[in-house]
Amino acid sequence: MPLIEARELSRVYDLDSGRVTALDRVSLDIEAGDLVAVMGPSGSGKSTFMNLIGCLDRPTGGHYRLDGVAVETLSGDGLAELRNRKLGFVFQQFNLLPRVDACANVELPMVYAGADGKTRKARALAALGRVGLAERAHHRPMQLSGGQQQRVAIARALVNEPRLLLADEPTGALDSRTALEILALFQDLNREGVTVVLVTHDAEVARHARRVIRFRDGKLLSDTRQEAAEAREALAALDAGHAVEPEPEMVTLEVLA
Amino acid sequence: MSLFEAIRSALSAIGANALRSALTMLGIIIGVAAVIAMVAIGSGARERVTSQIKSLGANLAIIQSGNVTQGGARLGAGASSTLTDEDASAVLREVEGVVAAAPVIVTRAQAIYQGTNWSTQITATDLDFFAAREWDVADGRLFEPEELRRGEIVAIIGQTVARNLFGEQNPLDQQFRIRNVPFKVIGVMAPKGQSALGQDQDDVIFVPLDTGRRRIVGRNYARDRSVQTIMVKFESEQAIAPGIELTRALLRQRHRLTEDADDDFIVRNLTEIANTATAAANTLSWLLAAVAAVSLLVGGIGIMNIMLVSVTERTREIGLRLAVGARQRDVLAQFLIEATTLATIGGAVGIALGVGAALTIARIAGWPSVVSLETIAIAVGVSGLIGVFFGFYPARQAARLDPIEALRRE
Repeated sequence: MPLIEARELSRVYDLDSGRVTALDRVSLDIEAGDLVAVMGPSGSGKSTFMNLIGCLDRPTGGHYRLDGVAVETLSGDGLAELRNRKLGFVFQQFNLLPRVDACANVELPMVYAGADGKTRKARALAALGRVGLAERAHHRPMQLSGGQQQRVAIARALVNEPRLLLADEPTGALDSRTALEILALFQDLNREGVTVVLVTHDAEVARHARRVIRFRDGKLLSDTRQEAAEAREALAALDAGHAVEPEPEMVTLEVLA
Repeated sequence: MSLFEAIRSALSAIGANALRSALTMLGIIIGVAAVIAMVAIGSGARERVTSQIKSLGANLAIIQSGNVTQGGARLGAGASSTLTDEDASAVLREVEGVVAAAPVIVTRAQAIYQGTNWSTQITATDLDFFAAREWDVADGRLFEPEELRRGEIVAIIGQTVARNLFGEQNPLDQQFRIRNVPFKVIGVMAPKGQSALGQDQDDVIFVPLDTGRRRIVGRNYARDRSVQTIMVKFESEQAIAPGIELTRALLRQRHRLTEDADDDFIVRNLTEIANTATAAANTLSWLLAAVAAVSLLVGGIGIMNIMLVSVTERTREIGLRLAVGARQRDVLAQFLIEATTLATIGGAVGIALGVGAALTIARIAGWPSVVSLETIAIAVGVSGLIGVFFGFYPARQAARLDPIEALRRE
């Protein structure tokens, strides 16, 4: 059974200016353990598709099963529970709560899952360890660099052991080196068995996926498999170049940010 | 999320905008403080009226002599002495529901004791007076019937007179003079305090009716037995109105007034006056409480306003919470708890201020402080409810946000 099973999935908006078909009868499956990039220019329907498979929205037509659950039959609370237990979201703007530290941010999904304080703390610290931020657990988002903030957000997405990690332009607000680091992290997590869907308009990001799904005008344009570029190798190459031709500004930025 | 955690997180959200939160709370603080202080002032005033009425004695009516017409001029109350102590006896004997009828003559005179003197009110009356006023001696005794009958030269003095005339000395059995008549002190009255009109009721000397009439007033009373007023006590409040009618009829008959003649006396129902005063005090306290409640309402609107701003500012946070699995009711609860926490903290500070103000005002005005635990409990409850009531709309706005829209919002 595929993790994601979309059949004739449609989303039509009734606007004042008329009906807009954001997603037009899309059928596709995504298997557990895959690393998928969803691509397309703005207005192509990729965001609508992401909202639908992320259970943030309900389709106006067709069927969608997530891990065997028929999503279109669920109530609002049912969708919330599904998001809580089976999905982890990573956003372009990180969306961390500014007033609390990294650990409390990572605990947030468990708060709504009803876990007690001790369990939450332990699992949040474990998740932060998994993204390499164990020592920054008690820093506030303001005290972290962009890359570190995105790692906190990824730890938050992972903490409830979701079936699917859904990342919406996760590198869009990061410099290219940090973007590579985050992509490397996604690849590591995918190797550990986490299913990852990256929504992006950036072909450079999509290169790191094993499957690329392209949308245009609300329709599925193409669905291809590829050899994924290894982000770690690109980083190693960057470090080698860095040894020959130092770039102190970038290092400073990373530290200050 | 446990309630404790929810409150802690609400406190951190409130603390994040400390100045704004404080200003919002100020509305509730002022409202709650105003309610507590105003209710305390209202009940203090009412309490004072009630205690003054109690000091007067319950179920009283006063018959004043007067209102005769001389050559076409109506002279008004007290202009002549048309009442007699026989009228008083007749009222007591014949009117149903009357438990005491005291003939009273009041005058002012100078009392002299050794080197000291003191101008005070002399009240000449009989034992019914003390029964009507529910007033007894603190020391010594009241008049003996024999003393009253024979008009003996004895006196019972009020606390103020005792203090001013005798100082530290025990006044009992001492002799002092009024108009050169040596009176013996046989009793000192219990303290009574101020009357409803602010008079010192303890500044008085009581003498037997006949003694006062012959030795102190001595003149101007057309008839031997005439008195200025008769104080009538009824057995119950219900007996007053019919009793007054019977009294009027009886006195008209005794004074042989023709059908078309005016009464030559006036009957005043003191309980009615007292009730009016109580009603006025009640109205006052309601008015004060209403004004204060309006300010509490304004405070509540302030909370609603700031919560709406907060929801708008934190739209992305709400979107994120929804995305990671918060249900609508989780978001609703979060903002409701925040509003309620805000209101309750404001309420607590308001209570402290209000109690302080109420105690200060009570001290200055000299009435019993009446900040009750009830008032405080109600104020806490009401401020909490204000949080819930005025927090509900913003919280619902937050809970109904579409997570996609909310996440996209800048």
